[in-house]
Amino acid sequence: MLKVTGLGVNYRGLEAVRDVSFHLQAGQWLMLAGPNGAGKSSLLQAVAQTVPATGSILVGGDEARRLPARTLARRLAVLRQTHSLGYAFTVEQLVSLGRYAHQGAFSRGDPQGRQKVEEALALCGLDQIRKQNALTLSGGELQRAFLAQVFAQDAPLLLLDEPASHLDLAYQQSIFGLIALWLRTPGRAVMSVVHDLQLARRYGSHVLLMREGRSLAWGPIDQALTDHHLQEAYGLDVRAWFTWLQDPWVDGQNPPN
Amino acid sequence: MASRSLKTEHYQNQPGWARWLRLAGLPALLLVCLLACVALGSVSIPLGRTAAILWDALLGRPAAPGVEATIILTVRLPRVLSVLLVGAALSLCGAAMQGLLRNPLADGATLGVSSGASLGAMLAILLGFQLPGLPLAGTALMSVFFASFSLLLVLALAFALDRSLSTSTIILIGVIYTMFTGSLMSLLISFSGTRLRPLTFWTLGSLTGAGYNEALFMLLALIICGSPLLAHWKELDAFAMGEENARHIGVPVRQVKMTIMVAVSLLIGISVSIGGSIGFVGLVIPHITRLITGPSHRRLLGASVLLGGVFLMLCDLAARTLLSPIELPLGVVTSLIGAVFFVVILTRSRGRAA
Repeated sequence: MLKVTGLGVNYRGLEAVRDVSFHLQAGQWLMLAGPNGAGKSSLLQAVAQTVPATGSILVGGDEARRLPARTLARRLAVLRQTHSLGYAFTVEQLVSLGRYAHQGAFSRGDPQGRQKVEEALALCGLDQIRKQNALTLSGGELQRAFLAQVFAQDAPLLLLDEPASHLDLAYQQSIFGLIALWLRTPGRAVMSVVHDLQLARRYGSHVLLMREGRSLAWGPIDQALTDHHLQEAYGLDVRAWFTWLQDPWVDGQNPPN
Repeated sequence: MASRSLKTEHYQNQPGWARWLRLAGLPALLLVCLLACVALGSVSIPLGRTAAILWDALLGRPAAPGVEATIILTVRLPRVLSVLLVGAALSLCGAAMQGLLRNPLADGATLGVSSGASLGAMLAILLGFQLPGLPLAGTALMSVFFASFSLLLVLALAFALDRSLSTSTIILIGVIYTMFTGSLMSLLISFSGTRLRPLTFWTLGSLTGAGYNEALFMLLALIICGSPLLAHWKELDAFAMGEENARHIGVPVRQVKMTIMVAVSLLIGISVSIGGSIGFVGLVIPHITRLITGPSHRRLLGASVLLGGVFLMLCDLAARTLLSPIELPLGVVTSLIGAVFFVVILTRSRGRAA
């Protein structure tokens, strides 16, 4: 579904990603984890073709940079962390735009479009606010509207760039729950950048752990996300830190170093 | 965020038939304004008589003898048609640029094309550049050439700074370029001496003396350059939701951006070559139209064309009748009326949204 070989991203001399290889198969949820500046987002953007990269990125068997924009969008959808809307579109208009890649001129040639949009609206619980001005939505509602747009786009591969890191716990749960539900349909896969290792562990099937632009470990989550690798990536005893965090009611305990 | 101020949700809550009624009202409004603007002037001709003369001309019947038919068919009609088409073009360009750059303060002049075209026209007048046999063609050619040259220069500079041609870079370079050409024009005016009047025309804008040739030229430009703009309504919707997002849903971003900017620049260059630099239409009319149609470019673009035509016809009517026989520069009237109108609309829409 996705096969990345020797990927590199270079920002005017600054090497953000260096020689990263991995692949992703249907049914998998790959978590990109690692400290700030590790190159997770650059890697994701390179796969989404928004930053230029060296190496090979095969999406559905074809080199991604040679695919026309519409074809790529039918195979791969992207949900970003934040959004900047210019004008007062309704939630429904926003979600309908997800069908762009499936439509010809004058919005023709998309017989399934209406149904896909309705399904996405229903799945994300946006039926009641479909006519609402998207500028008036809260951050969580807006993210859910864009998630519905991505679902309506109906691409088998979904890329997420920290989709819920700015949202409260309830929206975090709702966004991750919806994506997990979406992934249950056979033939789909997800790749997401996460900061929260607990979310990564709970929802991910695979992980690619990065540090300073390189891949430290890649594989099934319980094999790759080991104490040793985490120590190497973050330079801290992650297990001790989480244990301390989870029991904040114990007195007199100092944070681990 | 400035864009948040222009909320249009009251539109979204209207029933479908009410929206269609308001949309169908626009062509009717355009026709009524056209008739009124042809009838009114230093010599006012009754509306019925005007309609009859126009109707006869439309059916190809020989014009009734008399001064009224001459005034209407040889003086006013070509001018009003030119005004209508220039207004439609400016407004369409403004709507397209506001969507493309996702900036409610953008219009056709944002790229620096408008002032570039004015500079070209000024140079043509000062240097006496003319095409034999065609009195206005020299200035028109120079202003279209300068408009295209300005676009290339602005895009080349933006590209050198930022390979992705991001909108903020384009706006920045466009604004700097506009200031630069503006000061060059001021320089030309201050050195021009006796030839000042035709020069100020290009900075203030006027369609005095526009004939059928100008109207036909403008109509062709509007059809040729306007169609790609109207055809890209969906892409403009996508851009209005963010360029990155547009890319992710499958819009070939750079290609669409170039198409729209080239079409807008040509259309603006041709408008300036005919009417000089007329401000505020491209900025204010798309906002007013958005209050009627909502933000989707599917209806916004077409409705902006009609409303832009109506607005500029009325401004031109005011320009030639308010202080008759003195004629005010059209650009001054549009800016005066436009600014006041804009503030009223803004206050009302904010009041409603609060």
